[in-house]
Amino acid sequence: MDLSYSEQHRALQAEVRDFAKTHGHLSPPSGGGRKRPDRKTLDWQRILVERGYAARTIPRQYGGCGAPPDVVETAIIAEEFLRARLYPGVMNQGISMLVPTLLEVGTEEQRRRWVSPTIHGDVIWCQGYSEPGAGSDLASLRTRAVVEGGHFIVNGQKIWTSSAHYADMMFLLCRTEADGEKHAGLSYLLVPMTTPGIEVRPLTTMTGRAEFNEVFFTDVRVPVDQIVMGRGDGWHVANITLKHERFMLGDPNKLMQRVRGIGELMTRTTVDGVRVIDMPEFRDRLLRLQAEVMASRWHHLRLLTERARGEDPGVKQFLVKYFGTTLGYRLSSLAVDVLGVAGLVYQPRGEAAEDDEATTWQIDYMYDIGLMIGGGTSQIQKNIIAERGLGLPREPKAPGRW
Amino acid sequence: MEFGPSETQRLFERLVRTYLGDRLPMDALHRLAKSGSGFDEQLWGGLVELGLAGVLVPERFGGAGLGVFEAALAAEALGYFATPGPFAAACVMAPLAILGSDSDAARAAWLPPIAQGTARLAVVFEQLAGVSGASAVKRRANRLSGSLDGVTGLAGATHMVIILADHTTAVVGIEEPGVRVSLEPSLDRTRPVGKVELFDVPAELLPAGDARGRALRVLDAGRTMLAADTLGAAQSMLDRAVAYAKQREQFGRLIGSFQAVKHMCADMVTMLEPCRALVWYAAHAQDAIPEEARLAACHAKAHLGEVGREVSRMATEAHGGMGFTDELGLHYWFKRVSANRHLLGGPERCRQEAAALQGWG
Repeated sequence: MDLSYSEQHRALQAEVRDFAKTHGHLSPPSGGGRKRPDRKTLDWQRILVERGYAARTIPRQYGGCGAPPDVVETAIIAEEFLRARLYPGVMNQGISMLVPTLLEVGTEEQRRRWVSPTIHGDVIWCQGYSEPGAGSDLASLRTRAVVEGGHFIVNGQKIWTSSAHYADMMFLLCRTEADGEKHAGLSYLLVPMTTPGIEVRPLTTMTGRAEFNEVFFTDVRVPVDQIVMGRGDGWHVANITLKHERFMLGDPNKLMQRVRGIGELMTRTTVDGVRVIDMPEFRDRLLRLQAEVMASRWHHLRLLTERARGEDPGVKQFLVKYFGTTLGYRLSSLAVDVLGVAGLVYQPRGEAAEDDEATTWQIDYMYDIGLMIGGGTSQIQKNIIAERGLGLPREPKAPGRW
Repeated sequence: MEFGPSETQRLFERLVRTYLGDRLPMDALHRLAKSGSGFDEQLWGGLVELGLAGVLVPERFGGAGLGVFEAALAAEALGYFATPGPFAAACVMAPLAILGSDSDAARAAWLPPIAQGTARLAVVFEQLAGVSGASAVKRRANRLSGSLDGVTGLAGATHMVIILADHTTAVVGIEEPGVRVSLEPSLDRTRPVGKVELFDVPAELLPAGDARGRALRVLDAGRTMLAADTLGAAQSMLDRAVAYAKQREQFGRLIGSFQAVKHMCADMVTMLEPCRALVWYAAHAQDAIPEEARLAACHAKAHLGEVGREVSRMATEAHGGMGFTDELGLHYWFKRVSANRHLLGGPERCRQEAAALQGWG
């Protein structure tokens, strides 16, 4: 156990602190919902990529900083940004999921074309996976693509497609092999959202906001070279992508920020003249959650250490999404309880403006349930934890075509 | 920077685990538990040889000169095997109380026999630790009178470190005339509890410039050990529940293939595994990050108390009726986790301290 920084790491820490002082005023606000990055955010992102505070390990030839993977450096940067309350850089499905996938299995041409604009926030991606009939059982999806004169012709429907209404591109999982088996019949295509035949319809969720979309495909033509790996390799590619999504959903720094936020909220909120922080039941709930957030934080550092050593973290990795999203929901539950009746004023303002504090917590309180469901439900996560992590027997398969 | 045990630290942990695995099969544990003394000379001798008694004692006094982090790895292993013995008090808290004293003479007198395992010091707080019961001690110069509840490490103890309400710290011999120890049957059959009464007993005072700070360091390290012990005990129960689910058949299937059982196991590991990082951090903070040592110890103690309760209940349930029997022995771990929860302050008390440390309420 050694948490001390080397000279090189201390230098980086000093550098980032200095950067926060000299450039902090350029940062967009550190919260913010899902929306297309505005000019200020894009300018900030450009600075971060140049400095290597974002896309740090992305190779130089693809527009990144090209630093060798160093878990400590990543942790230092995240920590210092959190401390200074700076916007940590654009985070979206293109950056966290597609880019690592292309770096792992994309062609040289695909990497050159897509990685740099994606990490700079200029190209926004959406994920075309789930369908009305294919949720947890993703591989049973039915959106079909047949080859005709150098193009895939795509027909079908996707759902739960966040950011589709402003995305430039979609990574699409669809069925290309008519006779193929369930998993072996899938392919992974890169589709411009401006292609004729794509219709995006907003999907309003329980938060009252159109956070997702349905996407309809009618004879959508995609050039055959817009495929990652080969025909029938889609399931393999999609799993590489999902691996990165599951890691993204468990960011402990966000949880730390929430604990701090709730502590402040409890200190300035009063009920009948008594500060909520002075009420033992509320305080105890905050402290219980703080312990779990600390555990999550150090668990994360442990995972980074093991990954740097080249060890396979196994179950320790599989549990991150389930643990993190459940904890997030319990944090937002506490926040809405602290706000109480005063927190019932609910005025979501969409993507145009920042929401007030009460509305933000209420949105989180509901959206966190969405996070428990999306990207593999908690129940699917528990199957993965138990089967792949603990080696328990797999669920018997139902009889039928697939 | 490396979050987790180094290669050497892992080797140390493996040695302890191998020894305990050999020495404590279920029949041995049943036998030791039946005696209820919580102390076994032979088992203790083996642990002393492995360096556990002197884990914190500097090398010049014959110890291993290691830190609270290594001690926590040992405590986790001891919990994993539900090992009888006074480790947290005798090998961690007492040596820290003596190391924190201003007296060179006390260090020279106490640390070598502690490292040799011949001096085993129980530890008790009159106040400060948040322990229930009625403790009250009067001191006149270096003589003590009164009674003390909630003594940790009473099993096999030769002496006792008493930390009084005003943080004055003293050592008393168990065999001293005027000391009456009543060991009582404990819920946790691997570690008895007891009451100590003192009738004008001579004590050796251990002066310290910052007596309160020293007392808190002893408490924090003790709590960290109990958290690590619970971590090991709960892990042991989880491992056994998973193994049972892979071998027990009902309805013509292994019960581990039912999602109801599978998800219970997933919930246990999801609660417990991040606790390991929390305990490691708390232990490391005792050695190297003094400004975070108190908060981390309070959180580790409180949180492991809660998670230990859940995991020990669920692992018992996963075993069905067998889990409820005496014969299977799973209950030794269940009870150990329960005892750890209460010793040196329960979760509610520890969280209250954690809140105060942050200026909350």
